[in-house]
Amino acid sequence: MNITLKIWRQRNRETEGRFETYEMKDVSPDMSFLEMLDVLNINLIKKGQDPVAFDHDCREGICGSCGMMINGRAHGPGRGAATCELRMRKFQDGDVVTVEPWRAAAFPVIKDLVVDRSAFDRIMQAGGYVSAKTGGVPDGNAILIPKPIADEAMDAASCIGCGACVAACPNSSAMLFVAAKVSQFALLPQGQPERKTRALRMVEQMDKEGFGNCSNNYACEAECPKKISVMHIARLNREFIKAKVF
Amino acid sequence: MKSLVSLYSSSIGKKIVMGLTGLFLCLFLVEHLAGNLLLFANDNGHLYEEYSRILVSNPIIRAIEIILFLSLAGHALSGVVLWIQNRRARPQKYKEFRLDENTELASRITMLGGSIVFLFLVVHLSSFFFPLRITGTPMTAYELVREKFSNPWFGLFYLVALVILGYHLKHGFQSAFQTFGLVNKRYKALLDAVAFFFWFLLPAGFGSIPVYFFFFVKNTASPLVLRTLEHGWPV
Amino acid sequence: MKLDAKIPDGPIEQKWSNHRFHLKLVNPANKRKYTIIVVGTGLAGASASASLAELGYNVLAFSYHESPRRAHSIAAQGGINAPKNYSNDGDSIRRLFYDTVKGGDYRSREANVYRLAEVSGSIIDQCVAQGVPFARDYAGYLDNRSFGGAQVARTFYARGQTGQQLLLGAYSALCRQMDMGKVRFFPRREMIDLVVVDGQARGIVARNMVNGILESYTADAVVLATGGYGNVFFLSTNAKASNATAVWRAHKKGALFANPCFTQIHPTCIPQSGQYQSKLTLMSESLRNDGRIWVPKKKGDTRRPEDIPENERDYYLERLYPSFGNLVPRDVASRRAKEMCDQGYGVGPTKLAVYLDFSDAIKRLGRQVIEERYGNLFDMYHEITAEDPYKTPMRIYPAVHYTMGGLWVDYNLMSTIPGLYVIGEANFSDHGANRLGASALMQGLADGYFILPYTIGDYLASHSFKPVKTDHAEFKKAEQETEKSIKKLMAIDGKKTVDEFHRELGAIMWDHVGMARNRRGLKKALEMIPALREEFWKNVRVTGSDLDLNVELEKAGRVADFLELGELLARDALHREESCGGHFREEHQTPEGEAKRNDAKFSYVAAWEYQGPKRTATLNKEPLKFEVVKPSQRSYK
Repeated sequence: MNITLKIWRQRNRETEGRFETYEMKDVSPDMSFLEMLDVLNINLIKKGQDPVAFDHDCREGICGSCGMMINGRAHGPGRGAATCELRMRKFQDGDVVTVEPWRAAAFPVIKDLVVDRSAFDRIMQAGGYVSAKTGGVPDGNAILIPKPIADEAMDAASCIGCGACVAACPNSSAMLFVAAKVSQFALLPQGQPERKTRALRMVEQMDKEGFGNCSNNYACEAECPKKISVMHIARLNREFIKAKVF
Repeated sequence: MKSLVSLYSSSIGKKIVMGLTGLFLCLFLVEHLAGNLLLFANDNGHLYEEYSRILVSNPIIRAIEIILFLSLAGHALSGVVLWIQNRRARPQKYKEFRLDENTELASRITMLGGSIVFLFLVVHLSSFFFPLRITGTPMTAYELVREKFSNPWFGLFYLVALVILGYHLKHGFQSAFQTFGLVNKRYKALLDAVAFFFWFLLPAGFGSIPVYFFFFVKNTASPLVLRTLEHGWPV
Repeated sequence: MKLDAKIPDGPIEQKWSNHRFHLKLVNPANKRKYTIIVVGTGLAGASASASLAELGYNVLAFSYHESPRRAHSIAAQGGINAPKNYSNDGDSIRRLFYDTVKGGDYRSREANVYRLAEVSGSIIDQCVAQGVPFARDYAGYLDNRSFGGAQVARTFYARGQTGQQLLLGAYSALCRQMDMGKVRFFPRREMIDLVVVDGQARGIVARNMVNGILESYTADAVVLATGGYGNVFFLSTNAKASNATAVWRAHKKGALFANPCFTQIHPTCIPQSGQYQSKLTLMSESLRNDGRIWVPKKKGDTRRPEDIPENERDYYLERLYPSFGNLVPRDVASRRAKEMCDQGYGVGPTKLAVYLDFSDAIKRLGRQVIEERYGNLFDMYHEITAEDPYKTPMRIYPAVHYTMGGLWVDYNLMSTIPGLYVIGEANFSDHGANRLGASALMQGLADGYFILPYTIGDYLASHSFKPVKTDHAEFKKAEQETEKSIKKLMAIDGKKTVDEFHRELGAIMWDHVGMARNRRGLKKALEMIPALREEFWKNVRVTGSDLDLNVELEKAGRVADFLELGELLARDALHREESCGGHFREEHQTPEGEAKRNDAKFSYVAAWEYQGPKRTATLNKEPLKFEVVKPSQRSYK
């Protein structure tokens, strides 16, 4: 099939970007979306042009590197999948496909479709951990965690940090990302001693990074490749209020 | 005090203010509707006048009224601040952004809806509250209502505004509970039912007033009203 | 070069504790005077960085990723082994040690493997303390499953995302140290060269991948935790950016490269679907518990699998291995699949696949049971291939996914360059010729949390360090050479893209140095690889600027290294005239077609020493002594 691509090209953080149009011929429906971009890049290199830069690595939906806005949807059409898991059979012959980087003040564009998500790392550094030093910890079975609790913590912990929640949110809010970590540790006994400071510090850092405010419209949950529930945002709110007020 | 200021300066803090003020305004609406249902009392506004008089003379009610205005201001101002921050969080817009495929309409138009509701409030207050309480009018409250709603355009404006208010509350009510962290799969059905009352039944109740006055109450004591007075119900 | 593995004396159970006692310590107040560079922040690198920083050292951590959380450790699915004996099935440190040595086909160092088994229990405790949500039972106890043919249930897991959860645990420990200012993290930096001053590893040159600037960093010791080199095959289950540049440049600076030919091929991957294919996706080998593997009896049969009657199907694993059937080890299953395809029995559009059929299992157990066991894998397969494995057999084909070889290290995990440590998949130490399932995560974390932090202290305490600055001649030399090489790559302006060269190299490696190797093929590869390398340096095209984010330039540097490493891999495979584990030489097999070791001649670690660009590497041998486990022949009939 043939596809027309409109891709955001931007040389670096300082320069202005613009959309470029590329015609892709004979795209196989079995290709992944990223493989289609690989083919585009080979064509561009052969013509002596700069290939389209995009982040990607594991190409099986777990590393969280890839992420682009495809036809107005974070990670493209469909649910519960990262961009690398998207196959071209989701598109029709003759489709015009618009590809943009994640857009948020907190995620500045580095080049083309590559954005700087280090804000997420800084949020994690603001308490997104249990202060367990290597060594000197009790036996794994000394801490009992009933299966339903462990399962719910695992649901939250499955976040891949791709940033789709921010990209899909009309307000560029990072609440789902922050909530996933705060919720995981709030559920587990290991997270209890630092429970309050963690919620306070992580939210404070999130605000400092320039993410928007959550307006509870749940686009994040709909576009999360790991289908993380907004129930975790409710828990984050609860944790934050408890820590602030009590 | 310091912790309250720092709470408000956080994103969640402002949303808590949105939620608390919003819910307080919702509670007021319940009281407001309950009182306004006296307009249906078929006594040419007698009970309604009595109710208004008690309200105005009660100092507690007057105090609540001040809180109410502060809530409204807090709700609107916080909403505007959040909105501006949210615009700033994405300086470069998407060329294509298909929020419609992921989210409910009600959640996407809170600012628009809120602004229209605010405009409506300005009209509403200047039509009723100001003449009755501040500038003064020779008419009774009931007469004023009757007179205003005799204008079909005025009534229609009310109906449209109430639909928008309903949409605003459809998102706002459950949103407040999400913000307080008070959602839970077990109580979701209960919360949904209460939310339904607020976003559907409440605006519908208010909406019945202009409809009633336009169709069933004549501005000057009309034959319809007289008949109503005789038989207790318009026929 | 004389290789001293520094294996401690004493009975195997006491080697590590004795050794720890004899290791010199750095005074707590003095630790902050030392700086350690850690390159790579996957499981091994992140756990090492965090643990070293906790001890008080200053750590500079480097990654070519934007964040430590992107490392490919994250993709490990199955689990992590530890002989906790929570299942009460008789597990012990000694049994895990024995299984690992045997699984490695007697080509690993006993003392290292014993230590690995010994510390593995602490890893589980550590990860639990960090808040890793391991699977639990209803009473709250840790759950175990059996894995990779082990006879005990000793595998701890977090759904099918164990690697992710363990990496996020190590990453969170690292974040804590970054928060406290003890670790400085340098994202999007690629280590381009190792700097050795007066015989000691004293720093690195890294390229800032965002603006192309070359940056030098000094330290008192350097740790490489940069993963394996499976991408030399182009198509593998490794992540796209996984590369061997850091270890290869260290090799060229004097670190010996051990057993490069020991590569592992995983049998159950989704086959290639076209020429554009960028990587292969692995599916858990648990699928072989219920799936039956077959090919049509007729060569080139193009009928749909459902239309091929039972008597025209060849369930070749069941035919060849009546007692183990479809559950033979990874290397055997992989090799047999390749054989079938080479003989023309392959299926699917590319004819490079065999069927993995669940129809019998669905008939026997019902669809629901199969769905519960493998639902997510079936969904993934469906998503990728658009075929429904409930209705039609899956197509599978083996793919490269782990490399047991790596830089040679002694018992302290130090390479042959003083002060250069190598941990995780990047070193060669623990898996011999074949790695068992659920033990890669174990080794990475053992090295990072519980081994390196002790052994590196001994080195720092027993050596003196002259102050070195980045304007030192060795740094300047490394920077200039790097810059020259980058400019050269940019200037070639040839006709072929980097990926085209990489694919060609991958095809040579797969065809001649892949699952089954023979003398003729290896010799051919040893002619083809240098020729391809020569062409690469004349005809590659790298567009754009070297002072921007330039993905092509990054890839070009990595492929240039793969073109050298591939040759060494082939040379090692040619020299090792035996079959063992993942290294199968067709000349050396039993009459039944199984791997035949030659313990008399090849019971050693082959450690290769770089001799310069135009000269072949020389071989050094570290003899392997088996004092506890008696080497024997594996049989699965």
